[in-house]
Amino acid sequence: MNRGIVLFDRAAIRRMLTRIAHEILEKNRGTDDLVVLGIPRGGEMVAVELAKVLEDIEKVPIPCGSLDITLYRDDLGWRTIRPLHKTEMPVSPENGRVVLVDDVFFTGRTVRAALDALMDLGRPRTIQLAVLIDRGHRELPIRPDYVGRDIPTARDEDICVDFDENGLANAVRLIKPLKEQ
Amino acid sequence: MLFKHRHILGTRQLSADDITLILDTAERFREINLREIKKVPVLRGKTVINLFYEASTRTRTSFEIAEKRLSADAINITASASSVVKGETLADTARNLEAMRPDVIVVRHAASGAAEYLSRKLSSCAIINAGDGAHEHPSQALLDALTIRRHKGRVAGLEVAIIGDIAHSRVVRSNLYALTALGARVRLCGPGTMMPSAMEQLGARLCCSMEEALEGADVVMMLRIQRERQGRTLLPSLREYSRFYGLDNKKLRLAKADALVMHPGPMNRGVEISSEVGDGAQSVILDQVENGVAVRMALLYLVGAPAPNEEG
Repeated sequence: MNRGIVLFDRAAIRRMLTRIAHEILEKNRGTDDLVVLGIPRGGEMVAVELAKVLEDIEKVPIPCGSLDITLYRDDLGWRTIRPLHKTEMPVSPENGRVVLVDDVFFTGRTVRAALDALMDLGRPRTIQLAVLIDRGHRELPIRPDYVGRDIPTARDEDICVDFDENGLANAVRLIKPLKEQ
Repeated sequence: MLFKHRHILGTRQLSADDITLILDTAERFREINLREIKKVPVLRGKTVINLFYEASTRTRTSFEIAEKRLSADAINITASASSVVKGETLADTARNLEAMRPDVIVVRHAASGAAEYLSRKLSSCAIINAGDGAHEHPSQALLDALTIRRHKGRVAGLEVAIIGDIAHSRVVRSNLYALTALGARVRLCGPGTMMPSAMEQLGARLCCSMEEALEGADVVMMLRIQRERQGRTLLPSLREYSRFYGLDNKKLRLAKADALVMHPGPMNRGVEISSEVGDGAQSVILDQVENGVAVRMALLYLVGAPAPNEEG
């Protein structure tokens, strides 16, 4: 099996999330109306941990939910039916400061779909984007506000985030394409 | 994740995994139905024709709402107001409709096998069976399964009693296939003139009396007596039917204390079900209707999702 190269371990990921949490608090001047929404599945698990980090710093509860974007995708394919994930809004996004969270930021199409999905649920005051890894290759004019780390990749490479049984990200791996035999 | 069915013709063709995928998908759509903006763009630009040769309020409205909530363009055709009254055959009507390039046709017809017939005649669109004769009514059985699963947390291992006109009911057949595939045990009960003997071969237990069918049941599903059709010839009187096969509070006590009462609608109050039971605490009849929209959204999503790179 092609396991690839481990770029970051659990400790490094934890440091990224701690820094992102501080950046979010700094930019929003606190936690008022803050809502953290993860995009299933990877982003959802990162969002839960990010909300916990925010809570540990500020000692207030941070609403955290998930936003499924499957029905808003622009590449739904016949016969490769995508299973739907949960959308769970702990509070209405109306007038909130929504922080969208994804694990790997790539073409930007997932986030485009997430913006449409979110608008159908209410009108947030602001939407910000936090990602663990930005691997480049944008196809749409969308950029993240908070980035764990930029990892320039080739198109045929892949970035994979592993999660443990508690949903904590414990490794980021770069997978190079298998050489032709 | 693979859903290999191009059409939804019946539950007979569906495996337990297929059904579970449909129910899980419907669970997600339930959430959308509770939103303020009950619409997602997944079938935008798709055309769905509802071709109804039989009267229907619930099923047709449910499909139409499901289509609109997925952003499809829904067109309704009812036989009484179409060229069917001018003598056009089903195949001709369907071929003409196909020439207008719909993506999905939802069909209800009095003839068993009508949906499958269309699926063989037409090549470019998906067919969803909304009830064909006494054959199948898959979306009804799937919404029943979803309702049971939501209330009981599972379907496997449950005892389900289906009572009424077994012989002429498409709801029975679809439920029998779907519920047994999911691991439930199904008992059937009805007057002799409405009980086909071969149902045992489909895995059901036939019960001689309603008491036997109700004993220890987790779910009691009552079927509508089709007064307009069978009522006259197969039954001595509705009052007698009601006495032996109607569900009232007294008979319901034979089932488990937390048994669900279901009915595909429309209810004949005082015939197969008393008002006290139909409106009672154990009735989940309106939940069935609510889940129906979500299940139909799931079916439309699974057979009608955009096909930019169709293969295989």
